[in-house]
Amino acid sequence: MHPTPSQTVGPFYGYALPFPGGGEIAPVGHPDAITVHGYVYDGAGAPIPDALLEFWQPGHARAGKPGSMRRDPVTGGFAGRDGVTFTGFGRVATAADGHWSIRTLPPAGVPYLSLCVFARGLLHHLYTRAYLDPAATDPLLAALAPGRRATLLAAQEDPRTHRFDIRLQGPEETVFLDFR
Amino acid sequence: MTLTQHDISREIARQATAHAATGEAAHHPARGYAPYRSSRLRHPGQPLVTVQDPEGAELSGPAFGLTDVTELDADLTRQHTGEPLGERITVTGRVLDRGGRPVRGQLVEIWQANASGRYAHQRDRHRAPLDPHFTGVGRCLTDAQGQYAFTTVRPGAYPWRNHHNAWRPAHIHFSLFGTAFTQRLVTQMYFPGDPLFPYDPILQSVTDPAARARLVATYDHDLSVPEWSLGYRWDIVLDGPTATWTEEGR
Repeated sequence: MHPTPSQTVGPFYGYALPFPGGGEIAPVGHPDAITVHGYVYDGAGAPIPDALLEFWQPGHARAGKPGSMRRDPVTGGFAGRDGVTFTGFGRVATAADGHWSIRTLPPAGVPYLSLCVFARGLLHHLYTRAYLDPAATDPLLAALAPGRRATLLAAQEDPRTHRFDIRLQGPEETVFLDFR
Repeated sequence: MTLTQHDISREIARQATAHAATGEAAHHPARGYAPYRSSRLRHPGQPLVTVQDPEGAELSGPAFGLTDVTELDADLTRQHTGEPLGERITVTGRVLDRGGRPVRGQLVEIWQANASGRYAHQRDRHRAPLDPHFTGVGRCLTDAQGQYAFTTVRPGAYPWRNHHNAWRPAHIHFSLFGTAFTQRLVTQMYFPGDPLFPYDPILQSVTDPAARARLVATYDHDLSVPEWSLGYRWDIVLDGPTATWTEEGR
C-alpha cells in the first residue's frame, strides 16, 4: 500500500508530545545509568529551540515495554514512569538554547542509541544513531568516510557522560539514515 | 522584502511542474521545499545513507499499553468542566503497515487548534480566543483491527508568518508508532474541500497529487451521530521496513 505522507511536527506540539520524565529512561537510581546530551543546530550553526528528539533502544529482549507515558486517571495528567521498568523509549524537546539531555542505560546488543529528529521546518523526520563507544565498528560506520563517520560518534566527557550534537545541515552535517 | 502569496504560489507551481516532469510517484515531501521557508536551514544537504540491517535496533520499536492512556484521552471535548465551542466531530480510521496489515495496540497522539484557530500554546499569538474548555490534545491505542477513534471539535484555519497573508487550512496533527521504530510517522490530517489547500506550502510540499490526497479525510455520513456529531474517516499507512518484512525478504 502507498504510505501516508509525512508533514512537519510544527511549533505547537508542546501540550501533546513532550511528557514529564521523557528523558529519564534509566530506572531510578540504576547504578549503570549514563547521561547523553548535546545540542541541535541548523544550517547556519544556530541552535534549534523547538526540535523534538526521540530515543529508542530495545534492551536485551529486543522489544519495548509499556509505561513510558503512564497516565494519572485522577488528574488526566502524566503519572511519570514507574521507576523500575526500562521501556527503551525516550522523548525530549530541546530547550531555548537548543540543548537536550537524557539519562539511560548503555545500549544492549548494539553499540548505539537510535534517534529520530522532529522540528518545525522539517517536513519529514530524520533518523540517526549515536554510537557511544568511540571505537565502535559496524557495517554502517565502516561504509562512511572518516569525516562523516565522526558525526555519529558521541564524545565521552567522563565515564558516564556522552556528548552528541546534531547538525541538520552544513559542513559537519550529521549522517542521517534511510531504512530499507 | 516580504514575500506575497503570489510569490509563494508561483514557487509551489514551479515545484509541482518539476515533480510532474519526473513521471515518478513521491510519497513524502522533499525536506528542502523552498515555499515552506522554515525548511531552508533545517534540511540535510547530503543524501540519506541507506541502511539495510536485519540486526538493526530500529526494526523493533517502543511499546505502549493500558497504563499509557486513559479512556478520557480520546475525547478532547471532555477534558475540562464544560463543553468546548465548535462543531463536534469524530475522527476514526485504521492504521496499517505498508503490507496492509493492521497495526495493533500502538499509540496514536493528536493535537490541534481550537474551533477559532488558536492553539493552547504560549507562543501562538493569533488574536483568536482561547477556549477554557479545550486544550486540543488526545491519545489512544489502536484496537485489534488497527482502529483508532477520537471525539473533538473541528479546528479553525489560522494565519502564520511564512509570507504575507499566509493561512493554514484546518488540520489535526497526528503522531503514530508502528511495531518498528522505522515506521514512525508525524503528519497532518486535512478536511475535504478546504479552499486553502492550493495556497498552503506545507500541504503542497507533498508534490505528488495522489499522495497529497491521502492526507485528506473523507466525510462519512454513517459515522455522523444524530443530534450529536459529524463523522470523518481517515486511514493511515505507515512506511518503513519491519522485522517481519525483513524476514520475508530473506
